[in-house]
Amino acid sequence: MPKLLGYSYKNSFARKLTSILTLSGISLVVFVFSAVLMLSNGLKETLVATGSDTNAIVVRKAANTELVSLVGRSQSDVVKTDKGIARAADGTPLFANEILVLISQPKRSNNDPSNVPVRGISDGSMKIRPNIKLIEGRMFNPGTSEIIAGKKVAGNFQGCGLGETVRFGMRDWTVVGLFDGAGSGFESELWGDVDQLMAAFERPVFSSLTFAIDPAYNIAEIEERLENDSRLQVDVLPEKEYYRLQSATFSTFINILGVAISVIFSLGAIVGAMITMYAGVANRTVEIGTLRALGFSRSSILGAFLFECLFIAIVGGLIGIGLAFFLQLVEVSTTNFDTFAELAFSFRMSPTIAIDAMIFSVIMGLLGGFLPAVRASRLRIVQALKTR
Amino acid sequence: MAQTMVQVNNVFKSYWRDTMEIPVLRSISFDIPEGEFVALMGPSGSGKTTLLNLLAGIDRPTQGNVTVAGSQISGLSDSSLARWRHDNIGFIFQFYNLIPVLTAFENVELPLLLTKLSKAERKKQVELALGIVGLADRMKHYPNQLSGGQEQRVAIARAIVTDPNVILADEPTGDLDKKSAEDIMELLSQLNAQYKKTIVMVTHDPRAAEKAHIIRRLDKGELVNGDGAR
Ligand SMILES: Nc1ncnc2c1ncn2[C@@H]1O[C@H](COP(=O)(O)OP(=O)(O)O)[C@@H](O)[C@H]1O
Ligand SMILES: [Mg+2]
Repeated sequence: MPKLLGYSYKNSFARKLTSILTLSGISLVVFVFSAVLMLSNGLKETLVATGSDTNAIVVRKAANTELVSLVGRSQSDVVKTDKGIARAADGTPLFANEILVLISQPKRSNNDPSNVPVRGISDGSMKIRPNIKLIEGRMFNPGTSEIIAGKKVAGNFQGCGLGETVRFGMRDWTVVGLFDGAGSGFESELWGDVDQLMAAFERPVFSSLTFAIDPAYNIAEIEERLENDSRLQVDVLPEKEYYRLQSATFSTFINILGVAISVIFSLGAIVGAMITMYAGVANRTVEIGTLRALGFSRSSILGAFLFECLFIAIVGGLIGIGLAFFLQLVEVSTTNFDTFAELAFSFRMSPTIAIDAMIFSVIMGLLGGFLPAVRASRLRIVQALKTR
Repeated sequence: MAQTMVQVNNVFKSYWRDTMEIPVLRSISFDIPEGEFVALMGPSGSGKTTLLNLLAGIDRPTQGNVTVAGSQISGLSDSSLARWRHDNIGFIFQFYNLIPVLTAFENVELPLLLTKLSKAERKKQVELALGIVGLADRMKHYPNQLSGGQEQRVAIARAIVTDPNVILADEPTGDLDKKSAEDIMELLSQLNAQYKKTIVMVTHDPRAAEKAHIIRRLDKGELVNGDGAR
């Protein structure tokens, strides 16, 4: 237990201006660091929430996303009869064949066009996704040019609000309902009748097949059966895993960029802390000599100055994390690199992020405090006491 | 016959500026019996502080031995010496050297942080020490809220709180007005008479030196009155 903790603590915030400067430097870096992690975490959470543990998705072999996947009607019929697919009470398979296309639509905020995913859904689509709930208006009528919009796309894009019309596939589509997707990526999509959309886009094939897994079977078994069926040439993935992969590149990109920026910023904060601490040592040379004369060892002095910097770093870290916490109120809507589709998501704090950010600030404190603390501990007592 | 508390045996001390040797103390030998009150006098630059620092174990002689309270301190390692200082020496500085961010109580408590005493035991000791110097009612004050004389009394409390064998004071009244200086000298006399503390005090002030039983004079690094009797 360091003996001079109280001394360190009181000195940390004794010289207000320098402490505040150091503190702001560190909290700014921690804020940026947390923000980046929260962004990639928010992205992951949104996409992971999109997938369900009890669903599996089928795409063409080696197609990483539905957007480049083509699954024919005959393949769909084969998959639909698989015994591993769960059935509704009336015996129909909980199965959806869907298409996903991108349309370009101007944003409400700045008029700039961005890619909006449009999903053609079939009878089973709503049944296998119980977290999708209509919150306004009504369901589209099958066989018409009506669509429903996820609440985020409705808010972010022109023509996508309730009662508005949006033009694509040579037709005008009317938004007759809005749905909530429990924070999932579906909230960034427009949904319409799969047959109508296939006709409008002149596409004869589906993009993907999604089904609920019968609890009596496990996914690995179904996966093996379908992937080895020479008629199919498909990949089968748990839906959650599929959506996790949809964020892999983007979240890696955010993480790498963000961590790089944080590390560069942190050099500034570390140097700032170092300057503050060196000044502290210089101003308190007599004090250090006195403590040593009273019997404190070199290591007590080293510890005292390290802890002094550490206290500043810890408080700075807490402030940075605290500020970053409020970012959760901010929603980001941007193009997902993995799918090129616009996706809305929020900054999400997590205990892991808070701990990582705290560790980061502690490291900054230790690095900034180390050399000055070494200098303090190396002072010769007689010399130090003579300083005036 | 009282036991010998401090034994200085043929001590030399030099400083080096680049390659040039600056002799500061030459062939110093003297003993101080336990319970004595010694004043160390001499012109500026005669080596008083240097000698006191050697007794305090915050500096080492170039040659010769210093034995205090039975330990030959020149032979101790840096860390044992720190420990030894804590256990044996109470140091009083001309400019008090209190820690500005700590209260009077916390300043006096500092040396006790190196002991195994519980918080309650420390509190008792600190209150006792501050009581002896007459500042029991100033415990929560910071150094800048105290007068010079009060600051020095806090510093004295800090020096005696560990119940050291020897109190070393380097011009303890040098920065004080006449009245405060008298009070401090009164206090040191009391520590010597009532609590039997061995005291070595560097001073310029003949009136301060009067309180001591023995006066030693240094001139150009040498002791001038061999027997030291007043
Ligand atoms: N670190 C040092 N380096 C060189 N010379 C020193 C050092 N410390 C003290 N001296 C010299 O030693 C002499 C004695 O100093 P000091 O013991 O402080 O004298 P006093 O306390 O009697 O005024 C002085 O001439 C001073 O310049
Ligand atoms: Mg001196």
